Order: sequence, then C-alpha cells, then structure tokens
Amino acid sequence: MARSVSSRRKLINTGFAWAIGLLIFFPILWTILTSFKTEAQAIASPPIFLGFDWTLENYSIVMERSNYARFLWNSILIAGGSTILGLIVAVPAAWSMAFVPSRRTKDILLWMLSTKMLPAVGVLYPIYLLFIQLGLLDSRAGLVIVMMLINLPIIVWMLYTYFREIPVEILEAARMDGATLREEVLYILTPMAIPGIASTMLLNFILAWNEAFWTLNLTAVNAAPLTAFIASYSSPEGLFFAKLSAASTMAIAPILILGWFSQKQLVRGLTFGAVK
Amino acid sequence: MYLRNALRAATALSLVTVAAAQAETITIATVNNGDMIRMQGYTDDFTAKTGHEVEWVTLEENVLRQRVTTDITTKGGQFDIMTIGMYETPIWGANDWLVALDDLSAEYDVDDILPAMRNGLSHDGTLFAAPFYGESSMVMYRTDLMEAAGLEMPTAPTWQFIREAAAAMDNPAEDINGVCLRGKAGWGEGGAFITVTGNSFGARWFDEDWNAQFDQPEWKAALDFYVNLMNDYGPEGYATNGFNENLSLFNQGKCGMWIDATVAASFVTGDDSTVADHVGFALAPNAEGVEKRANWLWAWALAIPAGTQKEAAAKEFIEWATSKDYIELVAANEGWANVPPGARTSLYETPEYQEVPFAQMTLDSINAADPTNPTVKPVPYVGIQFVAIPEFAGMATEVSQEFSAAYAGQQTVDEALAKAQAITNETMEAAGYR
Repeated sequence: MARSVSSRRKLINTGFAWAIGLLIFFPILWTILTSFKTEAQAIASPPIFLGFDWTLENYSIVMERSNYARFLWNSILIAGGSTILGLIVAVPAAWSMAFVPSRRTKDILLWMLSTKMLPAVGVLYPIYLLFIQLGLLDSRAGLVIVMMLINLPIIVWMLYTYFREIPVEILEAARMDGATLREEVLYILTPMAIPGIASTMLLNFILAWNEAFWTLNLTAVNAAPLTAFIASYSSPEGLFFAKLSAASTMAIAPILILGWFSQKQLVRGLTFGAVK
Repeated sequence: MYLRNALRAATALSLVTVAAAQAETITIATVNNGDMIRMQGYTDDFTAKTGHEVEWVTLEENVLRQRVTTDITTKGGQFDIMTIGMYETPIWGANDWLVALDDLSAEYDVDDILPAMRNGLSHDGTLFAAPFYGESSMVMYRTDLMEAAGLEMPTAPTWQFIREAAAAMDNPAEDINGVCLRGKAGWGEGGAFITVTGNSFGARWFDEDWNAQFDQPEWKAALDFYVNLMNDYGPEGYATNGFNENLSLFNQGKCGMWIDATVAASFVTGDDSTVADHVGFALAPNAEGVEKRANWLWAWALAIPAGTQKEAAAKEFIEWATSKDYIELVAANEGWANVPPGARTSLYETPEYQEVPFAQMTLDSINAADPTNPTVKPVPYVGIQFVAIPEFAGMATEVSQEFSAAYAGQQTVDEALAKAQAITNETMEAAGYR
C-alpha cells in the first residue's frame, strides 16, 4: 500500500531534488555559459553569471583552429567499437557465470573488478611498449581494444546482474524444445535482457567517450578523440578559459544529447530487477 | 618538335616526382600558448617553401610533458619534433634521446641565439633544442598607483622596496592587493617562484655534495619574507594562485605589483587588460646585499627525438620556425609586439622592436639570469628555477606542496622547511647522489 505524502512534504522533496539536480548540473551549465563570454569576462572576479555580452567568437576560433569533425568521428568509432566488441565478449561470459556457475565464479567476478582498482598509469609503459611492437600506437583499432578491456569488468558485472534476474526455467524450457546454446543466448536470453543490455551499452559508450588517460597517451594525430581536442585548449600561461569552455561544450554536446534521448532506457536498465 | 616536347614533359614529370618523394608530413607535439598557436597559423608558409606538410598535436603543458616523455623513453616515434623546455633539454641530450642541432645552415645564424638560451638548451656545448621563445621574470607594476603613493620604482628594486611599495599600494577597501605572487603547488608554478626567491636571498637547493640546504638560514629568511609579505599585502587564498590566477587579478586592476614571467607583459598591456595603459616594468628583486636577483630563465624550444625517420624535414622546420625570417613574417602581419621574444640577439637590435615597452626589460632580465651560477654560493647543478636532474620534478612538486601548506596556514614555515629537507635528502639518497 502506498504511503500518503502531504503536499507540503511533496513540495519540500521536490525542491530538494531540484536543488541537488542543479548542483550536479551547475559545472556543465557554467562551462556552457563561459563558452559564450570573452576571455576577460571568463576570468572576471566576482564571476559574471548572465549579465555579459554573449559572443560566438570562441566557437568560431575553435572551429577554425581544430578539425572538430575528425576528433568527433574518432570518438564515435572508439566508443562505439569498444562497446560492440565488449558486448560480444561479455554476453557469453555473463551467461556462463549467471547460468552455469562454477565454484570459482564469485572469485573470478571479484578478480575482474579488482583490475579496475589498479591506477592506469601503473601499466602505461607496458601497454605503450606493447602498442609499439604491435604497431597500434595512434590507431583507432588499438584504442578500441584498450577501451574494451578497461570497461569489460563493468560490462560483465552489469550483464551478470541482469541475467541473474531472468528465471533459469525459461532457458531450460528452450533447451527442452531443442534450442542450441547459440539459439538460447541469441533468441531467448538476449531479447529478455534487452533493457539491461541497452543500459550497459549506453553506460559503456559514455565511459569510453569520456576516458581521458589512454586516449591522450596512446594517440597523436590519426586516432585522437574529443578528449585530446579539449586538452589542446588548456594552458598554464595565458587566457584560455572561454575557448576551453567552447571546446568542452562541443565535446560533451553529442553525449549529452544521446543521454537526454535515452534517459528512459538508461534508468529502466539501471533499475532493472530492483523491484520484484 | 614532338621529341623536344616529350623530353620537356618527361623532365617536368621527373622533377615533380622527385619533389613529391622528398616531401614529408612531420608531426609536432606542442603546447597551447599564444606564440605556438600563432606559429600553427603560418604553417602554410613553411609548406610553400619546403613542400613538407605539418600535423600538430597540441596539448596542455603537463600532459605534453608526460606524453613526450613516455614516447621518447620508449622510442615510440610518434613525434618528429617535440616542444620541450630548458629543464628537459640538457637531461635528454645527455641521454642521447635528442638529435644534436650542430649542423644548422649558415643562414640560420646559430650564433644569433641569445647566449643564456643557447647555454640552457645545450649539453656539453652541443645545442639540442632551438629556442622558439624565451622568458625570464620581472616586476610588473601599476604606474598610476605608484604615482599616487608617491613612490618611484627603481629599475632594479630590492625585496625591501617591494614590501614598502606593496604596503603603500595595498588598499583592501578598493579591492587592491599590494602584491600578487605565485603560491600554487607544483615545481613549475609556486615551486619555480620560491626557488628564485630563495636564490635572491642567497639560498640554494644543494651544497656541492648534494646535501639539501633547507635547514640553512637563507631559506628561512626567504620563506619568512615571502609568507609575511603575502599575508600582509597579498590576495586572499594566494596559496592556490598560479600564473593564470594572478594574470586575472592584475588585468582586473586588483594588484599593485605582480612578479612573474616576462611573457606576461604582452597580456597585461593587451586588449584584455583593464590597466594596460598603467603598467611599468622593473628587474626582479633581490634581498639587500645579495647580488643574485629573483629572475628565472625558461625557453620553449623545438627538439628532434632520436630515431625519427624524418630528421631532415624536422631540421628544416626548426630552421624555419626559429629563424630571423619567421620573426619578420610575424612582425609584418601582426606587429612587433607579437613576435616570439627572448630567443635572438638580432631581435633586440631591431629599432622597431626596441620601441615595444617591455622589450629592453625582457632582454635585461634574460641576460641577468645565469643557469650555471644561479645563486650566491656554488652549486653542483645547472638551472635557476629548477635543478636539471631527472629527480627534480617529483621532489620539487612535493617540496612546493609543503610550502603551499605553510602559505595556507596549515603548518609553520619551520615545519615546511624541515619536511622539505627530509624529502630532498631522502630522494637524493635513494637516487644515489649522496
């Protein structure tokens, strides 16, 4: 039975939720606003919130100086490629862990997660040397593999959690009807786990899009994604905040739009199985 | 007739083929600052003259440092030219990681490079990087506030005068701080500033046997002076202020004085400054009785990593970018105030450049800096605001964090100095210097 909530309480809760939401969103809003200021206005103290002369000059400079389309295309290919490759590896792995677990499954899952606890810089040199040997430096293929490996533990964990919510009896019934393993995973399991798979895909895409250690260290010209685009507008000496904000806004805009349109799917997937 | 035309066509075709075969695409890693970005805009001039194309990788200074260090130590070969500073050049040159620039053409006139820059970018007398622009540090001050205070800035002030002037110009009611200085942690930020301040009080990082010297009275005097000056007349939260924060304060008219890189002169007199018409310049200060001043020496320079497959094209680019002709190209298009400063002697002999308000002070500041003899007492190292050893960056960042904690009031000056002494000696012992 639902609890009754007074109007006053509802109002307070709503106001509180909005305040938290705005607090989280404020850095992004500030970045967007700064991108429309002049460099002098961008560093003004006290900061100017809205009362400034809006200008598109920073966007014009950024577009003139950088090949935005190339960075964007690289980001799409790297994030998209690593997500697809990750799912190809993670779906069978999560299936086996969820439906045919061994005595060591829990240990393997924990071990997989533990790889996320190692600081990335700790393996920079081995990975870099490996990339030199394999000729993968500054290649999109190399970045796709690295991004996939970095996010694989999270994908497997998420899919494992979703798969565990699916009644094993349904898969057994399919087997009784003569479904092969491939058919069972492709035609029975996958359609049932679509919300979970979709949210995993989205989350992995966002993580790969925003990753800024490997993408900066393993790329130069050909495979540099939008993180490198942003990094090129920061400087310890000089006035750059407005241009940096314009570059940042241009870099986050595609993922913000994607997140906005897919938020229902994302929330549904992330809360999948929370209520039985 | 037909045969002659055919021969001409064949000759032309072969010439085009040879030119195309020699044309290369070189990749250059560089930092995001005004002069470097301006150079990217003139790449077409280089391509027109040589046929070589250029790909730019522009990164933030610290990201670039990490990126090119990884690449050069692993021989990754990602870059044909790297933009590096005076700290890395002698160390990398000594490790044979860079191509020696000892065969530059006669027209390039390598002897025209300012001696301080050439020495700082050489190892054992061999030049390993060509300076694109150079800088020292100097005092930038508000002439209107000085005049209102009834003071006149000497060309070569002492720290005692700086304190006196800061007291006179400090006006909290008008939101004007007497002086703005770097306090931000980081070897290249507040660490660089406090090191040169130490030099100007006679302090040094190490004695001749690589023993840390933070327990000596010169360091205590320097740090006490800095902390008292900034607590009395500096901006709120100065412990986290670096170059950009102070630039912002000065440009908004909130600093009576700012002691920092000479490259800032073009910013504080530029369009974004509200005090552009009221800025004067003076040499970096020294403590009374100490001959060394608090001016550093730095250059952003172009170097070729050993192992590049495009060494010849890379050398051509370096000759073009750091040449007299390039300076004239920029001057013709954007005015003399926008040419890369601090690299060539001939620039300071140009009558048009001598009219730029900060030109002479920049040259005097650079000439006053001696990397081989940075402070009063002898030292076993080269470098003014840094010690040119590989261990310095990490060690100095830790030391500057301790100093910044003292600026923020989280510990005393004595505690910070004791920790700096311990950090430095431990690092040097571990590295085998002691």
